[in-house]
Amino acid sequence: MESILTINNLTKKFGYLTAVKDLSFTINKGNVYGILGPNGSGKSTTLGIVLNVVNKTEGNFHWFDGNTTTHDALKKVGAIIENPNFYPYMTAFQNLKLVCKIKGIDYSKIDEKLAIVGLLERKESKFRTYSLGMKQRLAIASALLNDPEILILDEPTNGLDPQGIHQIREIIKQIAAKGTTILLASHLLDEVEKVCSHVVVLRKGVKLYSGRVDEMISSHGFFELKCNKQDELIQVLENTKTFGKIKVQDNLVTAFLNEPMKSEDFNKFLFEKGIILTHLVQRKESLEEQFLQLTDNKQN
Amino acid sequence: MLRLLNLELQKLLLNRTSKILIFVSFVLPFFVILLSSIKINVFGFFTLELGELGVFNFPIIWHLTTFFASQFKFFFAIVVVSMIGNEYSNKTLKQNLIDGLSKKEFILSKFYTIVFFSLISTLLIGLISLCIGLYYSSYNEFSIIIRETNFLVAYFVKLVGFFSLCLFFGMLVKRSAFALAFLFILYILEWIIFGLITWQSDHILAEKIQNFFPLKSMYKLIDQPFQRIAMTKFPDKTELVYDYAVHWNEIIIVLCWTALFVFLSYRLLKKRDL
Repeated sequence: MESILTINNLTKKFGYLTAVKDLSFTINKGNVYGILGPNGSGKSTTLGIVLNVVNKTEGNFHWFDGNTTTHDALKKVGAIIENPNFYPYMTAFQNLKLVCKIKGIDYSKIDEKLAIVGLLERKESKFRTYSLGMKQRLAIASALLNDPEILILDEPTNGLDPQGIHQIREIIKQIAAKGTTILLASHLLDEVEKVCSHVVVLRKGVKLYSGRVDEMISSHGFFELKCNKQDELIQVLENTKTFGKIKVQDNLVTAFLNEPMKSEDFNKFLFEKGIILTHLVQRKESLEEQFLQLTDNKQN
Repeated sequence: MLRLLNLELQKLLLNRTSKILIFVSFVLPFFVILLSSIKINVFGFFTLELGELGVFNFPIIWHLTTFFASQFKFFFAIVVVSMIGNEYSNKTLKQNLIDGLSKKEFILSKFYTIVFFSLISTLLIGLISLCIGLYYSSYNEFSIIIRETNFLVAYFVKLVGFFSLCLFFGMLVKRSAFALAFLFILYILEWIIFGLITWQSDHILAEKIQNFFPLKSMYKLIDQPFQRIAMTKFPDKTELVYDYAVHWNEIIIVLCWTALFVFLSYRLLKKRDL
């Protein structure tokens, strides 16, 4: 697969503090990646390094095939870090023109991209008159100007109201649907879960996991069950090797699978044992549950 | 190079404050020189005409106009420090780099702008001096007109050097007001060191050393012209004689400072985490 960004043993120290420690991962074309981690886990620092604004202490990284300089590679990248930064005294259109000049592209796409984020009517307004949501959307338009190979978003919904968050997510989904590679840093897990196929999990600058979202922990999911004959159900479950841990909360039984099993097979199996379920749901752990499990495991 | 200049010009010319300051720093000296050249009737008592004093004669006019015009460089100095300060306070420096500008290109775009405006200023002053000179001067031979046009070169080098110093201070402290304060501190510091050397050894050695300091070396490029005007009035007073010419070694000192300031600005930016 064509790689877009390769990071090898990257380390960044701020004095005594090690913000990123020996980090390695690769971003391949066409996937949507999430960088997960609590605040201060080194997400923004990592992005800062590959975006040429923070100096690395050790290690290396290269964009695309490694034959372009970082600043030339960045002309093919669209990125937004934390807050949208533009010249307050210029209009949206003038700001985007400046970005075009930096990236060395013509102005023909400005209107098109402003339309995508819904700012076309306000393009002649000065940047300082914009609301935070509009500023963030302008930043996305600016990142899309060059039809980038990869779009990097660092906390894109930070500080926005629910409506703004929804708008930004819809835009991200639209972009992802077009096959653009996306790298999304966030501490909001449901945000990552909704759009990402791959994740890199960081804690205190150390990589805990990188790979597909659904393979994050070796789990086959679990069943949530309700039944009128609860004691019998639990006994059957405990005597079957397919199941590991069994949790009972009020009248809801949660049974964790040791090996894959389809819900229809399970239902048939219980029916043959004379147990009729009133409630059957097969689920996988949510990203949040997986994330907490992963960070807890590593802590112990 | 044109791309970088174009970038910076857009940032400057769309900003109202810097537009006004640029306008003032170019048009004000232009008008002051122009006004001083016309005949002023002071309430009907007498007419004041500087042209009569012979100050607009070639080649002394080159000396006079460049000296006065360079006093207005402070306006553009404010523009220079604020064009760095604004990039930091708006965090647009970070965004510029993310968008694909290299740190070297960033510094170069600022430096090209400095050179560009210094060049325009030099051309304007050159043009107006030529016009006024042609109008007033008693000597109109070509060889006399082009004599001492090296004051224009000195003026250009002086501006580029001074603004590069401002660029460096801007990069160093990131805030425009503090950068201007640093300029003032440097000025005081140069005089303190001058005083210390005078105290420890003698006046002549101190002045020789002081001529290598950044601000003094820039000032020294174009010496004050008053003494020279006095000299032309009283040619027999030998104690007035002083060396007012532009020397190549002075120009080289300032060019060295310029190169150093631009290089240090780049190093600062390169080392810094934004």
